[in-house]
Amino acid sequence: MDQIALDVAHLFAGGLVLVSFMLLYQDRMSGLVNTFALHAMVVSLSVAWQAYIQEAPHLYITASIALLVKAIVIPMALHRIIVGLGIHRTIEPVVGIGQTMLAGIGLVALAIMVMLPITAEAGTLAREDLAFALSVVLLGLLMMISRRNAVSQVIGFMSIENGLILAATGAKGMPLVVEISVAFSILVALIVIGVFLFRIRERFETVDIHELHEHRGEQP
Amino acid sequence: MSGHGSYFVAAVLIIPAVSAALLALLPDDRTTARLNVLATFATFACAATLFVERPASGRYLIVDDLNVVFIVLSTFVGFTTSVFSGSYIAHELETGRLTPTYLRFYHAMYQTLMFGMNLALLSNNVGLMWVAIELATLTTVLMVGIYRTPAALEAAWKYFLLGSVGIALALFGTILVYLAAHATLGEGLDAMAWSALVENAAAFDPALLNLSFVFLLLGYGTKVGLVPLHAWLPDAHAEGPTPISAVLSGLLLNVALFAVLRFKTIMSANPAALAPGPLMVSLGLLSVVFASLMLYRRQDIKRMFAYSSIEHMGIITFAFGMGGPLANFAGLLHMALHSLTKSAIFFCVGHIAQVKRTQRMAEIRGLTVSHPALGWSLGLGVVAIAGLPPMGLFMTEFLIVTTTFSRAPVLAIILGLALLVALGALLLRLNGLAFGDPDGRSEPSKASFLPVGLHLALVLAAGVWLPPALVSWFQYVASLLN
Repeated sequence: MDQIALDVAHLFAGGLVLVSFMLLYQDRMSGLVNTFALHAMVVSLSVAWQAYIQEAPHLYITASIALLVKAIVIPMALHRIIVGLGIHRTIEPVVGIGQTMLAGIGLVALAIMVMLPITAEAGTLAREDLAFALSVVLLGLLMMISRRNAVSQVIGFMSIENGLILAATGAKGMPLVVEISVAFSILVALIVIGVFLFRIRERFETVDIHELHEHRGEQP
Repeated sequence: MSGHGSYFVAAVLIIPAVSAALLALLPDDRTTARLNVLATFATFACAATLFVERPASGRYLIVDDLNVVFIVLSTFVGFTTSVFSGSYIAHELETGRLTPTYLRFYHAMYQTLMFGMNLALLSNNVGLMWVAIELATLTTVLMVGIYRTPAALEAAWKYFLLGSVGIALALFGTILVYLAAHATLGEGLDAMAWSALVENAAAFDPALLNLSFVFLLLGYGTKVGLVPLHAWLPDAHAEGPTPISAVLSGLLLNVALFAVLRFKTIMSANPAALAPGPLMVSLGLLSVVFASLMLYRRQDIKRMFAYSSIEHMGIITFAFGMGGPLANFAGLLHMALHSLTKSAIFFCVGHIAQVKRTQRMAEIRGLTVSHPALGWSLGLGVVAIAGLPPMGLFMTEFLIVTTTFSRAPVLAIILGLALLVALGALLLRLNGLAFGDPDGRSEPSKASFLPVGLHLALVLAAGVWLPPALVSWFQYVASLLN
């Protein structure tokens, strides 16, 4: 495989990690949603590039699903939800942005230290891609635990999903990638946004998870 | 290999899928409950024929000696739960907790859940199995939140978040397994097929396998409810409809454990890879100890039995982690008996919560006086789940503790103590629930005792006399797990 092709693939994967960091420091809902749209766009470019260099046309389907559903439809829906609920206000993180970013850097270092020695035999492409993908997954987990708001947790989860798609397409010739990405995107997106947020809205006039905790019957 | 077997395998998947669509369309609530029972019974009947006639494994589906046990158990409990669900749901409609629209949704989701679980058990492909487990998880999330009370929504949300994180970790592990395999098996479907993976596991890169197993154990372990990944489980059991608690405890936890077992087999087939046993033993033991202590402070009856499920999944994981013919045999049997017992208990608890209109244990007293049939069935169920003779779970727990004692005495002592602690908590609670003067509100129960009686009779029979044919069958399956 020629060097330029590899470099471009790494550029996109590295870009995805960078956008994951950008998700961590957003302090307004609309900014968060726009950054997520960027995240999805980068992942779709990355998948399309993989489809091109691996000569695997079915991956273009995954790329276009990522572009259509996650970079266009879901962000638009989220914007409508945010306007409808009147929650453009500042996101309240559980810990400070600074600490979150530091923890994020630590997680990326961890991902690279774990993956690079192990995947020495797996080929250059898969190798760096997996390290980047694990970083994106860990950063998404970090975002899910460091935010209280239901919408930001959903976005954190969808960024994890993008990381997994990056890993799956990086593993050359993996079967069922398209099916997996379809199952993941459509089910999760529809169910989460369609059902949960509207139900939560109906009952509490808010989507802040912390208010839910007050209704718990019993501490575990 | 004859062609009939493959028709039955297809039927096990197609019947739930078609009835899910039908039940979503039919408006009448009387017929839908019956259709639900009929569909689950037909699925069970088709699954039972797989014992006799087994089709050749294909690229996507496989029936082998291990999963046939899980499938038959799963479809059987699915059938009895649908019988229970019929009488439970009728009461919920009368009291107005569920509307007919939600009922349609509920039945359609029930069949979708059955489809997801059967597909996960039958799949010969790690990716397909992952998709099926995700489908099953998402349907249960929707069912847990079906009452739309704040507590139910919180439980569903928590389950959704933790469950999807687990599912995401499991997918990462699955991708790593593919990477480990594709150097040997080449690109394409073979490198994700079980049959091929197990045969060639010795040639895989051990470092990649190790890393993948850590992700898979944590990912699917979240779905099994292993401590410290269990936080979703008590809430999801307590707030959803009781038939769903029964299916969750009795079946979905098993399906997730089945996935862990499959990957454990791959790990064991590679001599250079990390031994999976110690990891499973420690997670299992931690779950048993933690859950048995947590049993004491519970106030909600469904929440208490949810913790008891964590305890038992811990015991089973521990047994499979110890390995060896005896521990595997006991673990497998314990899993089957736990499914039967725990779902029977949830059937009783569902009716109790309906007649008493509460789930708080402080407000439920003297059941054997006010509702003798319900009270005594619950008592029998609790005796079984606590591991007292003559019920079957006594035998399996005894086997697990004794075989551990001969190999790692310290672990056996910890396990034995934790089991005693759990026994104390359960009997203490049972005393309050079943005996004494009845008080609080109480309505006559219109319970169907067929499922409860059937399950408890099977568990009792297993404790008193196991047919030799069944014993040798379980022993044979246990030997495959080594």
